[in-house]
Amino acid sequence: MKKMLAAATMALSLGASGLAMAEPLKIGMITTLSGGGAGLGVDTRDGFMLAIKQSGNKDITVVTEDDAQKPELAVQIADKMIQSDQVDVLTGIVWSNLLMAVVPGAVAQGKFYVSTNAAPAALAGQGCNKLYFNAAYQNDNLHEAMGEYAAKTYKKMFILAPNYPAGKDSLTGFKRYYKGELAGEVYTKVGQTDYAAEIAQMRASGADGIFVFLPGGMGISFMKQFAQSGVKIPVMGPGFSFSQDVLPAIGDAALGAKASGQWAPDFDTDVSKKFLADFQKEYNRLPSIYAVQAYDAAQLIVSAAGKASVKDADAFRNELLKADIQSPRGNFKFNTNQHPIQDIYLTEVVKKDGVLTNKTVEKIFTDHGDAYAKDCKI
Amino acid sequence: MTTALALEQLLNGIQLGVMLFLMAAGLTLIFGVMGLINLAHGSLYMVGAFACATVAAWTGSFWLGLIASLACAAAAGAIVELAVIRRLYDRDHLDQVLATFALILIFSEGTRWLFGDFPLYLDIPALLQGVVTLPGDASYPVYRLAIIAVGALIALGLYLLIGKTRLGMRIRAGESDREMIGALGVDIRTLYTLVFALGSALAGLAGALVGALQSVQVGMGEPVLILAFVVIVIGGIGSIKGALYGALLVGVTDTLGRFLLPQFLALFVDPSEAGMIGGAMASMLIYVVMAVILAVKPRGLFPPAHA
Repeated sequence: MKKMLAAATMALSLGASGLAMAEPLKIGMITTLSGGGAGLGVDTRDGFMLAIKQSGNKDITVVTEDDAQKPELAVQIADKMIQSDQVDVLTGIVWSNLLMAVVPGAVAQGKFYVSTNAAPAALAGQGCNKLYFNAAYQNDNLHEAMGEYAAKTYKKMFILAPNYPAGKDSLTGFKRYYKGELAGEVYTKVGQTDYAAEIAQMRASGADGIFVFLPGGMGISFMKQFAQSGVKIPVMGPGFSFSQDVLPAIGDAALGAKASGQWAPDFDTDVSKKFLADFQKEYNRLPSIYAVQAYDAAQLIVSAAGKASVKDADAFRNELLKADIQSPRGNFKFNTNQHPIQDIYLTEVVKKDGVLTNKTVEKIFTDHGDAYAKDCKI
Repeated sequence: MTTALALEQLLNGIQLGVMLFLMAAGLTLIFGVMGLINLAHGSLYMVGAFACATVAAWTGSFWLGLIASLACAAAAGAIVELAVIRRLYDRDHLDQVLATFALILIFSEGTRWLFGDFPLYLDIPALLQGVVTLPGDASYPVYRLAIIAVGALIALGLYLLIGKTRLGMRIRAGESDREMIGALGVDIRTLYTLVFALGSALAGLAGALVGALQSVQVGMGEPVLILAFVVIVIGGIGSIKGALYGALLVGVTDTLGRFLLPQFLALFVDPSEAGMIGGAMASMLIYVVMAVILAVKPRGLFPPAHA
């Protein structure tokens, strides 16, 4: 009898712990908090921490470190986080080149990586990994959407991107859907600040539309100079070219620019409105798309941690794959390569109550995956 | 390619060169007079841009911002000279590089602390908005023409200052023999502070002028600093004249390279490929030019007589 009681208590307590899962989970966030790209990292961190805070889960701890946008530094931090901080999940890297330096090593050591932004093709196709998830998109997605839009609207496009892997992926993605005539295809130096020579070429090329992918400060410089040049050709780009982190610095020069995005601040859903209000209340500014992506990444980790122990990699992975979250973006699920399947919208820069922001125009893609998933065998 | 486009690109090259000259003039002046390698010159450029953007946002006037940029950069330069640089003149170049590199970090993080992580907004003044029509039906932004004019004025001003005034005489004397001019009773410490403040003010002016074209953000000075070093090495370290010619050469080479190389390559390979290879080659071009010039003239185009 005594034995039976003891067994029953044990079974009960096991069942209870199975429900609560009070297993501690440590997340290592590596992101860019200094230098020119700091705005993106700050939004990533703030969006992520908002979701962690809202979850109220006291068993989750987050350690954050600044990679200064340097791959070698990111690798050092990742090693330190894995070995001495003993984190279970890594996240937060903004840039594809930094991600490529960190992820292969991290997953080889059995750590999960949930990307809040960077999504190079190399990790979406043959190089996909069971422990690597992307909560943002695949790098090509927003460019593909603009290609689709341009194909319907324009006859002769001039396209421009910086000369580095994400820049090449961008124009490749654009051309996957835009099959019309190209007035020019130009690759600029990474970090270039003066685009007078390129703008002169655009004017002379006879293009009826311009697609540019220039993240961060490069995009600010380009848009200001383009507006000053008096060239009147419509400009479009992927969402991050006109995201909330750069719009104030571009100013009215951005008005009317078309972009693609998985989310815009004017989304008319309860989840999106609540997220927008919570973020503004917490940080007193409008969130950018990076904040939304990081918010969802954190939600994914929180949801999986509530149902499985991270020590049981297969169970934790299965919970992540279910993507049981309420995303401000709306529909969100994972593809076979653990990258999102989601809707992508056309947005336009407008001025609302004196603040520059993005307004949704139309849906470009419904349930859009990526071109690499078919090569992923996991 | 039309003549209009070629003319426009040439102007773009000259305008880039003029900007580089404003940076390189201060850098080469400081090196010429004090023998100091100042890596923090790019930070003073950033100070100028932030001062201009802040004052322009407060007052709504770009011109007040421009004055503020000169004043703030000169003041920051003078303070830095008095507090830090003064102790470095007798040390070797490695110590100078280390100390001024530390200054870059202090300036960058200090600016972030004061202004936050996001880039500031600065627009060109209403007077210089718009475009002018050039011969051959090309059009060109007024603001960029104004930058070229400012650069030409500064070059002329520096020429007169150094060639025709008492201060300029002392600067030249300081360049050729530091001990002797001190022995002759010239207050060399004040002279150094003045020269440093002058060089800083030029960097600040460049930062403010460019700030209206680009993004005013932390770390904006360092890419320009690298180009400015290329310019003074090509021109001959310590030579203002060399800095002017070096800057124009780098500006025009870089612009025309970016524009012509991909078009030239497109004759042989497909346009997408040509864009990629041409873009990569164009970004190397100025360094190739520098290497060739140094191979022929190891001390640059216009080496100062004493060095």
